[in-house]
Amino acid sequence: MFKEFDATKKKIFRVMDDDGHIISDKHMPLIEENQLIDAYHNMVFARTADHMIISYQRQGRIYTYPPNYGQEAIHGATAMVMRPDDWLVPAFREMGAWLAKGATLKDIFLYFMGYEVGNTWPAANHFLPISVPIASQLPHAAGIGYAIKYKKLDEVVFAFVGDGGTSEGDFHEALNFAAVWKVPVVFIVQNNQFAISVPFRMQTASAGIAIKSVAYGMPGIQVDGNDFFAMLKTLQEASAYCREGNGPVLIEAVTYRKGAHTTSDDPTKYRSKEEEETWEKKDPLKRLKNYLDSKNLLDETEDRRLEEQYRLEIDRIFVEAENQPASPLEDVFKYMYADMPDDLKKQQVEHENFLQWKESNS
Amino acid sequence: MSMKIMNMVNAINSALDIKLAEDPDIVVYGEDVGVEGGVFRVTEGLQLKYGAERVFDSPLAESAIAGTAIGMAAAGLRPVIEMQFCGFVYPAFNQIISHLARMRNRSRGRIEMPVVVRIPYGGGINALEHHSESMEALYAQIPGLKVVIPSTPADAKGLLISAIESNDPILFMEPKRIYRAIKQEVGEEKFSIPIGKAKIITPGTDVTVVAYGAMVREVQKALPKLKEAGISVELIDLRTIYPMDKETLAQSIRKTGRLVFVAEEPTSFGVGAEIIAMANEEAFLYLQAPPKRVTAFDTIVPLPKGEHHYIISPEKIFYEIQKTVKF
Repeated sequence: MFKEFDATKKKIFRVMDDDGHIISDKHMPLIEENQLIDAYHNMVFARTADHMIISYQRQGRIYTYPPNYGQEAIHGATAMVMRPDDWLVPAFREMGAWLAKGATLKDIFLYFMGYEVGNTWPAANHFLPISVPIASQLPHAAGIGYAIKYKKLDEVVFAFVGDGGTSEGDFHEALNFAAVWKVPVVFIVQNNQFAISVPFRMQTASAGIAIKSVAYGMPGIQVDGNDFFAMLKTLQEASAYCREGNGPVLIEAVTYRKGAHTTSDDPTKYRSKEEEETWEKKDPLKRLKNYLDSKNLLDETEDRRLEEQYRLEIDRIFVEAENQPASPLEDVFKYMYADMPDDLKKQQVEHENFLQWKESNS
Repeated sequence: MSMKIMNMVNAINSALDIKLAEDPDIVVYGEDVGVEGGVFRVTEGLQLKYGAERVFDSPLAESAIAGTAIGMAAAGLRPVIEMQFCGFVYPAFNQIISHLARMRNRSRGRIEMPVVVRIPYGGGINALEHHSESMEALYAQIPGLKVVIPSTPADAKGLLISAIESNDPILFMEPKRIYRAIKQEVGEEKFSIPIGKAKIITPGTDVTVVAYGAMVREVQKALPKLKEAGISVELIDLRTIYPMDKETLAQSIRKTGRLVFVAEEPTSFGVGAEIIAMANEEAFLYLQAPPKRVTAFDTIVPLPKGEHHYIISPEKIFYEIQKTVKF
């Protein structure tokens, strides 16, 4: 498949059209009906949570949050392919993949409410914390890949970055190292057309991102990131390619960030209504729903009931997270070092003395 | 323990050799580290002995050298990476400050970073531009890191073994000026020297002189003349920049009442400023003279034909110490 959709041919890989009709039967990924319905529901769950977080943010109940709206197929497909021992190296906009890795919604709420503990995902293994600096997580993925190869483990790394991140030096360095070392990393670029306000055409003069793989000596493919089946097929092939010891793969998932970069920006300032409407027609959930409807796999009443259930569940978890006690002072210090320097101990004690003084004088 | 005459290059090589033999999770890499054994030959022979999977040349990119080490550590390895020269670390700065130093805290202790970043640093070898800097204070201020600088072959070996065994990320800065200049008997087997502990090299009563790296030897060169002048110097080798052994330093300053700090770093906002702040906090009423920094100018390190102006000489050290004592 990587030969057929060789990045130099500038063909975007699609399995279904914008209306959810299958246009390439031979590339239809293998997936059980019930798995497919589950995947759809998981994506609906993630989207519902995403929307609700934005309204919580507007109510002042959670801090800055980067919405996933419109990119759920990429995450949903990753969730299907990523095995429990595979590694997830996140950026910060792939919530469906976090949930699949084992993050709970409560973890995610806590993180964006300002608790470091929200980054620990106790139920998950083999992942790095959310990475806010751009693209600097990618060399970590290459390093994890090296460790997997060195220890001869059957594991693959799924590493995320956005289109803006591909302009960073670390994107280049990570892909180069991974290819030279021939390590099992699937680099997933979510090309959602914007780096905050800067459009993709201002990031690079290259004919897309996938084509950059050629220079690194690894397969690269440009995929319709709003086509769940195309994403699933690509990720299945890419992880199999990695598992066989062939080295890394670069996936450019072409999508559209329907929401804002984070809750702090206003997309109406830098893009047009027309553009948003064009992409609205390609919405990943709508397309998958059309497909499922055409196969009579969905039950409208049941789905409405499920969505209502999701809302209640999400709200219940949110309130639970809101009841998290404030972080104690010692938490600021105790994770800094395995072997804590005396300076830190002293700073903590001095501050505790101040707090005691404050309390006795109030 | 059987002893062998070693210079610092041999001693560091010996530490790496011992740890590579002992722990299969250790990998050693960087630019020219494998086949050539490093531009200073510190890793010479190790690839032959342990194979190219464990001791190897990476592509030329410092950010990814540091960044991949972070990934390796997260996945259970214990990388020891080399930054070829101190002036070439800066592309890796984001990885060091944004990830290496914070991963443990960010993951609430779930992911530790047993990474050693070896950096040959300092002047005095007639090197090209960007090869002679002494920017340890930059790293010492980053929360989450530890910064270690040896001054002798034996210290280099014992401290590096501790650094490799530490679960905290450590910047191990090697004074390249004395890579081969000092030879001494060093134990051939494994031994370690604790991180965070300074060493009193010569006890004295008139003035506490704090130095580290190549400057320890320069102070030692000034000692006979100081003795002749009737000045009793307590020379302390800091060994670890952060965490600083404030207890040993403060105790000494309370005894002597005077402090002179000698280092290759630029004068302002440096390790010296921290030590003087500590002297004020811990020994304020004992001070009999203003603490003095004998450090480099706040300038770019001059190229070799001008470097003699910049380098700290034993004469300058003598001059400043006797001035402080006579204050």
